[in-house]
This record gives sequence, structure tokens and C-alpha cells, in this order.
Amino acid sequence: MRFILRRLWFYVVAAFVAITINFIIPRLMPGNPLEAYLGKNQGSAVLTHSALCAIAEQLNTTYQHCGHKQPGIFVQYWDYLVNLAHLNLGVSATYDTTVAHEIALTLPWTAALVGFSTILAFALGTLIGIVAAWRRGGATDGSLPALSFFQGIPYFFLALLLQEIFTVHWHFLPSTGGDSTSVVVGMNWPFIASALEHSILPAATLVLASMAGWSVGMRNVMLTTISEEYVLAAQAKGLSTRRVVWTYAARNAILPNIAGFANALGLAVSGVLIMELVFSYPGIGNTLYQAVTGEDYPLLQGIFLVISLSVLAANFIADGVYVILDPRTRRRAAD
Amino acid sequence: MKRLFSPKKSENLLLDLSGSSGPDLDKPVLSVEDFSIVYRSAHGDVKAVDHVSLELARSEVLGLAGESGSGKSTLAYGACRLLRSPALITGGKVTYAGRRAPREGIDITSLNAHELRQLRWKEISIVFQSAMNSLNPVITVGAQLDDAIKAHMPLDKHDRHERAGTLMDLAGIPRQRLRSYPHELSGGMRQRVMIAMALAADPDIVIMDEPTTALDVVVQREILTQIIEIKEQLGFAIIFITHDLSLLLELSDRIAIMYGGKLLEIAPTKNLQHKAAHPYTEGLLASFPSLTGPKKALAGIPGSPPDLRSLPPGCPFFPRCRHAGAACRSVDMLLKNVSKTLEEVHLSACPFHPGPGADKRWRAPDMIEDVIRIGGGEKTQSDPGYIDSLETLEKGSI
Amino acid sequence: MINTLTDPPADSTAANALKVDLPSAKYSIFKRIWATYKNTPFKFKLGLAIIVFFVLLSVIGPFVAPYNPNANITSSAGVNLAPSATHLLGTDSTGEDVLSQVLIGTGPTILLGLITGVIATSFSVIVGLLAGYYGGIADEIISLFTNVFLVIPALPLLIVLVAFIQGGNITMALVLSVLGWPWGARVIRAQTMSLRNQDFVAAAKETGESSLRIMLVEILPKLVSIIASSFIFTVLYAIAASVGLMYLGLGDVNSITLGGMLFNASNQSAFILNEYWWYLPPGLIIAVFGMGLVLLNYGLDEIGNPRLRDASKRQKIGKRNIRPSDPTPVLALLNRQVGLFGRISKLPFEEEAGKNKSKKHSLYGRA
Repeated sequence: MRFILRRLWFYVVAAFVAITINFIIPRLMPGNPLEAYLGKNQGSAVLTHSALCAIAEQLNTTYQHCGHKQPGIFVQYWDYLVNLAHLNLGVSATYDTTVAHEIALTLPWTAALVGFSTILAFALGTLIGIVAAWRRGGATDGSLPALSFFQGIPYFFLALLLQEIFTVHWHFLPSTGGDSTSVVVGMNWPFIASALEHSILPAATLVLASMAGWSVGMRNVMLTTISEEYVLAAQAKGLSTRRVVWTYAARNAILPNIAGFANALGLAVSGVLIMELVFSYPGIGNTLYQAVTGEDYPLLQGIFLVISLSVLAANFIADGVYVILDPRTRRRAAD
Repeated sequence: MKRLFSPKKSENLLLDLSGSSGPDLDKPVLSVEDFSIVYRSAHGDVKAVDHVSLELARSEVLGLAGESGSGKSTLAYGACRLLRSPALITGGKVTYAGRRAPREGIDITSLNAHELRQLRWKEISIVFQSAMNSLNPVITVGAQLDDAIKAHMPLDKHDRHERAGTLMDLAGIPRQRLRSYPHELSGGMRQRVMIAMALAADPDIVIMDEPTTALDVVVQREILTQIIEIKEQLGFAIIFITHDLSLLLELSDRIAIMYGGKLLEIAPTKNLQHKAAHPYTEGLLASFPSLTGPKKALAGIPGSPPDLRSLPPGCPFFPRCRHAGAACRSVDMLLKNVSKTLEEVHLSACPFHPGPGADKRWRAPDMIEDVIRIGGGEKTQSDPGYIDSLETLEKGSI
Repeated sequence: MINTLTDPPADSTAANALKVDLPSAKYSIFKRIWATYKNTPFKFKLGLAIIVFFVLLSVIGPFVAPYNPNANITSSAGVNLAPSATHLLGTDSTGEDVLSQVLIGTGPTILLGLITGVIATSFSVIVGLLAGYYGGIADEIISLFTNVFLVIPALPLLIVLVAFIQGGNITMALVLSVLGWPWGARVIRAQTMSLRNQDFVAAAKETGESSLRIMLVEILPKLVSIIASSFIFTVLYAIAASVGLMYLGLGDVNSITLGGMLFNASNQSAFILNEYWWYLPPGLIIAVFGMGLVLLNYGLDEIGNPRLRDASKRQKIGKRNIRPSDPTPVLALLNRQVGLFGRISKLPFEEEAGKNKSKKHSLYGRA
């Protein structure tokens, strides 16, 4: 339990650092967010003076014609934290909605895609690693170096290739978007079927690209584990091969892979953000890109924060799984 | 193979050996005949076990001693076919004739993986050298014990748990330790768990591979005492592998000495201790202090173990042997009975040794080269004729 | 005794005999080179070959490029040509020769990766060494900081930074370096900490060596393989990230780099128009170069970990590949099973479970 608490402490600090970086970045940026906002909405409406001031306040910036002065940096930071506590991420300059609303629209798409693909890639990759190690020198083992091609390829290029092959050449699958335009978003079968169909290629890209890393990692640890004496002991006990492989060898060999989940998830998220553009996937990566090109600071800030916190949360879960799987960590924490 | 033995009805740990209808009880429970194991490598075969023959009697404690690299562990693990690639059994036979085996015994070298899984642990189990390394660190010792029972005994969950508890009692560990993970136990406790584990499926043979080397002396003694007690209760045979000959002198019924992949001497413990018939054994005996005997100067054996890749013909020990002569290069390394009594079998591979316990003059090997040719032939069998010829030759020549 | 399974149990002599040792000095230099070559893992050799090939390509490329990569052809005749004898890899939508662009653009792309690798890895080494060696509060803070950096996804931050810090490839390399060091720093710190507690460091301290000297002379050489692996991954990350960012249109997309080519190809609908000659070469070069880096790293792993090296050698007896699950093979049985054409038709220790249930014998009779 103390191990979990220590980790929790780390995650609290990490979250705090992420929140602070998020606060600092827009303030390092050139240009004035309000001007950017006005530039975006040029001609849409002539705003009253008070409306401008309200927007300026929401954007956390100064507008010299308004009565109030920009408060000191610490006051701003405090206000920012208070706003965060109220889940108030401000107003998007490009979409004319609140940032929270925009994120709520797009995050589920990305979270579902990344979550599903990463877990699938982890499971498949680990399985391949186990087989390759147990049948070292066999066909699976021999094909692992070829898999490293997918490890070296940038996500977006693989996405482009798959898109080219399956949609332009073969018209197999829908090329872009998250769902078909003819369905109504909600918990209905046509929508789910359409969403699933549209996510096949993005998911396949993610799985292909990240699977190789898991496989090779698992294979190498598994090979080392197989030469442990407890695996020999399990064989000497006359246990079935299946039992030896799973309960004795793989059960131990998977631990470093789980510990490496943090790094891999960060990479996967980064890859997904660019890949979403290729498929015009309605996820948070696309929105991020829109925010960057539109100099939409509040949206940018909100997205960055949400992604960081999501990855932190996923890592925390992976840590918990590790503690459950490795009893020794419980002891170490108790010492 | 026909089923000649029906499984025991009760799983009581205290076995009634007399009631079993197994094979001839006078025959050895395990016999290794002309057994050879090599490690294949790009630089040629490493002959780790070279034409070794050995028998293990029922309920016997057989000590297997030798320096590291002598092939003692390879022999024991190889007999269970537990060695991993690049190990290869190049010849010989290992016959198992336990209580449940058919009368003619089972040739382990002819079994497939499925048959071997049935043999392992139920017939031959192993106590590994390092309990820490041979216990799976991430599952409880109870679950690991249960694994062993489940694989070999048709018991339901409750009975298995009961049996695990009985085994823990037997090995002297509190039952609640079943729920512990290996890292939560002390070194001695872990080794006791390994002993309980080895007894899980009620085997006929337990191989103990330096089971107490990693422990401190006090715990070592406790555990050894316990092993012998349990052995007396259950009646299994033990192959005790160690480099510590003094330990074997106290513990075992017979001792086999290995060197360079070859067997040099096998004798009842008393004989070996007082009437060693091989210069290597004498060297080993002189290299540690006796607990009870008179004080004497300790002497190590100069030199280092041989390179098994390029073993010269003849006796592997001869480069380090102070009595060595030209004839040692062509000695056939067959074991001959050198015992003076008919009841005891004392085998030695050195034909030049003046004889067990005798303080006779050492015959220079180069002088009696032709004796080897006369004596060579029968292996591991008592050959009174050979002894006679030696005796006459000796009388005549001196 | 840890190594029971790959090595023969407890028999150190036999185990040593199995180690592949290089021929000693009595052999000729060529034999030694050949032996070294033979003992180097295949993955390492393949990875190194790929990397050397592309590095050479990027050095020689600009001199052998057949066309000026910026020589736009104004007439529409030379635009979007498929590969032909005059344009081996065709031309793009502005009539530029793709081959020439690839030959010239590979260099800057790889160079960007290498520069980032050098800067970021140097930083990781400094931070990791200091934090690992001195420990204490500074270490706590540094390791917290690196861990935080590790879990915060780099790309959004990169996008933001590159988007607003306008600049060329050097700027991008610097930004990538800023975000690329924590992973290396973490592993180097961990390794330094374990080395710090070893006897040779204590001995060096006793003899009065300065901390700096201990770090540089005693500890640093033992970190070489970790540093190499960290460098390789940083280069891989930098190339993938820079190309990705360029694909988004960030950074200097007008400079001739592989990323810039992909950006233009995608912008001009090369993918939809199936102008494979335009988008495949830059993408494949990045992928294959990345693969070379990954293979090189696996090779380093194998060199550093003897267990992997032994295991990766095919464990063959006769023609049969022996798996760790197989019982020790018996030569007599192997020979008996050799079929007509010298191939082993069926082996006694072949797993029979499931395959041939009726033939499954119990040890003591029928099961």
C-alpha cells in the first residue's frame, strides 16, 4: 500500500508540474491571444466594449482599453488554478465554444482509439515475444527483425501507406473521418458499426507500429527468464509445457514490459496526434492541430493539459497493475 | 509397457513399502549404464559425462562428489533428461525401477516429453542448490506446492491443500507460510519449502544438488538432520551432489567420486574414508580437516581441473597426480573391484593403486603397463580373477 | 548458480568451454577479423550496414544528384512524371527530380537526427552521471523532473514549441534535444547508482581520486553500452519527430529534407493521385534507416547480454532445432529417426499432446 501511496505522491507532483508548464507556455508565446481571437472572428460580429473586456478576462490577457489592468503573474497563476478546479478551461477562439466542451467532443474518440490499440498491441506483441522466445530460432523468432521495420517507420507514414493500400487501391475501408455522415451520433448500432469501421485503419496503424517494440522486449526478457532456475524447476516438476510457459516464464518476463508502459504510451499518444490528421479522425490530435494553426491558446492549453493528465492516469493504472503482479514491490515499500 | 503397479489408495505420506508389488526390491532403483553426455559447441564436443556407470539402491543415500566441472550435476540432471541444449546424451542407458515401475524397469533415455512429464517429480524429484532462484518469485509457495501435487495426484482442491499442509509439517515449516511469497521467507525456510516440494508427489528418488551450500553452518546441520529423518520415514533414495566430501562422509551410505566427467571411485562411505583406492580421492580426503580424527597437515591438490574439450586419453587426473607415470596415458578407466571382502563392492579406476587402505609400496605405473591389458575388460563388476593376477604379479615382482 | 539452463549446471569448465572465444594473437589479423565478424550478432551487422549505407548516400548524394533539385520546370510537360530513364524516380508537381531531392535531402534529415542525438545524449550523460553519483536532494529533484518529462507526452509540447519558435533545422534540433534527454538520463542515473556502490569506486576513493576523475575514468567507460543505446533511440526519436512535425507543416518545410518532401507530396495529393514515386522514396528511407537503428540496438543488447547471445544462436543438434521445453535429446534416438533423405521425420520428444491422442501412452501402460 505504501508503494501505491508513494507513486500517488509522484503523480500528484507530476500533474502539478504539467499544469504549471501548461500555464507558462502561452505566456512565452509571441503575439496577443485576444488579437488572435479577434482576428479569427473578424467580421462575424462587432463586439461591444464590455464584451471585449469579458473575453479578454476569459483569455487571461490584457486589453488596454478595458478598465482593469493585467494582474501580477502569481495572481494569474492562482486564478488559473481556481479556474481549473472549476473545470473552467476558457473559451476556444476558433470554435466559439468552451474549451471543455470541445475537448469533451473529441477526447472520447482519441481515448477509445489509443486505449484499445495500445492494449491490443501490448497483448499481441507480448504473445509474439513469448512464442518467439520459447521457440527460439523458429519462424516467429526469425521474423522479429523484419518487424523492426514497423518500429522504425513514422506512424503517419505507415498510416498514409495503409490508407493508400486499403482505400485508394482496394476501396476496402473508409479512408477518412470517424464515422459515416449518414448516421446519428449516439448509442445506436449504425453509428457504432460505422465508427468501428472507420477506426480499423487508425487502430491497425497503431497496433502495427507499436507491436514490434513489445515483441522484442518480451522476447529478450523471456529468453533471460527461461534460463532462470525456477523455470527449470517447474519443468523438473513435470508440469505441462503450457503451465511452465505461462505461470513460470511469461508471468515473470512480462514485468519489465509493464514497467515500460509509461514510455510506450507517451510515444503512442504522440504518434496518434499526427496520425489523426492523415485519417481526418475527429479526435483530439486534429483539434490540437487546428488550435496550433489557428493560434487558439485556450484550446491549445486545455488540450495539452488533458493529454498530460490522461497519460498520467494511464501510467498510474499501469503502476497499480505492476504492484498487483509483482509481490516484491509490496515488500520493498514496506521496508 | 504394462501397468504392474496400481496407484496407492491412500495418499498417506507414510508408505508401506512391503505391500507394494513393484519390481524386484533387491535390484537398484536407478541404474546408469555407460552413460555419456556432451555439450555441443562450435569448437567440438565437451565431454561432460564420459561412460559413467552407477547404481542407486533403494532407500540409499549416494553421495556424488567432485570439484566443480567434474560432471556430477550434469550426470544427475542428464539422468532426468533435464539438461537444456546444447547438451546431448550420446550413449548409455538409465533404467528406473521404482515401486510403480514395471518389473523390467523404464529406460529414461527412450521416453518422450509426455512420458517424461509423468516420470518427473512423481518418481524422481530434485532439491535445487539455490532455493531463492528455484522458487518462482511472484507466486506463493503454496501455489507452487499445489502445482506439483496437482500435476501428479488425482486429488481435489481441499485434499491438495491438506497434503500441502502435511508436507509443510514434515519439512518443519508453519502451515500459514503456504500463503507467503519466497522473498518473505528466510534462506533456511526457503530450502525447507524446496524439500517439502520435492516430496510433494511421493517420489522414489530425490536428487539433492548442493541443497545446503548457500546456508550457514547451523541451519545447514538442522536441515540435513531433517532430511535424514524424513528419508527414514518415507524410504526414498537420495543422490546427494556436493563438492564437500566431509559432509558426505557423515551423511551417505556410499560415495562416488567424479573427475573430468569420469567416475574414479565408488565405495561404501567407511571404505572410501579409510581405504581410498584412488590418488584423487586421497587428495580430496587430505584437503579438509577431520572433525573427529587426529590432527594432520592439510594438503590441497595442485593444478586445476582439466579442459573437457581436449581431454587426453587415459586417466584425466594424471597431470595432477603425484604418482603418475607413462602408463596412465593409456589406462582404460574401467572400474574394477578392489574390495578384499565379498560383501562390499569397492570400485576404483586406478589400476596402479597399491590397494585399499594398505600402506604398501606404490607400484610405479610405467613398470606394470602390461597389467592393464591383462586386467582390462569387465567393468564395474567384481573380478576376483583380476585381483588375483594383480596379487600374484605383485608377489612375483617384488 | 543462476545460469542453469543455458549453461550446463554447475560445471563451470564446460560452461567456459562453450563460450565463443576469439582466436588469440597467434592467428593472423585476417583470421581475427573474420572471427570477430562471425561472432558479431547478425542484427548488429545488418543494422550497421543499413546505417553506413545511408550515411554514405547522404555524403555522396549531393555530388551525384543528376538534376538541380530546385530547377522548377515551368512548362507543365515535366510535371508529375512517372519514373523513366531520364528521371529514375520521376518528378514531382513542380517538375523537380525526385531522385535528386532524395539524394540531397537524406543528409540534412539524418544530420538533424545525429545532432539531436549528440546534444540530448550529452545532456543525459551529464545529468545522469551527476544525479546518480552524488545522490541526495539534487538527485531526488532531477529524477522527479526526468520522470515527469517522461510521462508528459512530448509531441503536443513539440508542436507548440516548434510552431511558435520559428526557425530552421538547427532550431528544430535544439527543441528536440530539450525534450529528448530524460529517458537517457534516467537509465544512466540508475546504472551510475549501482556502479557507485561497487568496490572499484570505493577503491578509487580510497586512493584519493577526485570525484570528477572517478566519474570520467572509472564509471563512464562502463556506461558505454547504455549511452550507445540511449543515443540510438534519441536519433530514432529525433528523425521520427522532425519528419512528423514537417509533415504537419511545422519547421522549415521549404528546405530539401525527407520530411519536407513528404509534406509537399501530401499537400499536392500525391497519395490520392497514387504518385508512389514521389512519396515512397523519402518515407521508405526514413523507415529503413529507423529499422537499421532499431536492429543496431538489438545487436548491442545481444553483445551486452551473453544469455541473449547464446539463446539467439540456433541451438541445433543434427538438423533439429532444440527448444528449451524439450528434454535432453538422446543421440541414438535422433539417429534412429532419420528418414530416407537424411531428414528427421519424427522425433521422440516431439510434443504429442493434442496431435495424437490415441498414441499417448502412460508411463505405466495406457493412460
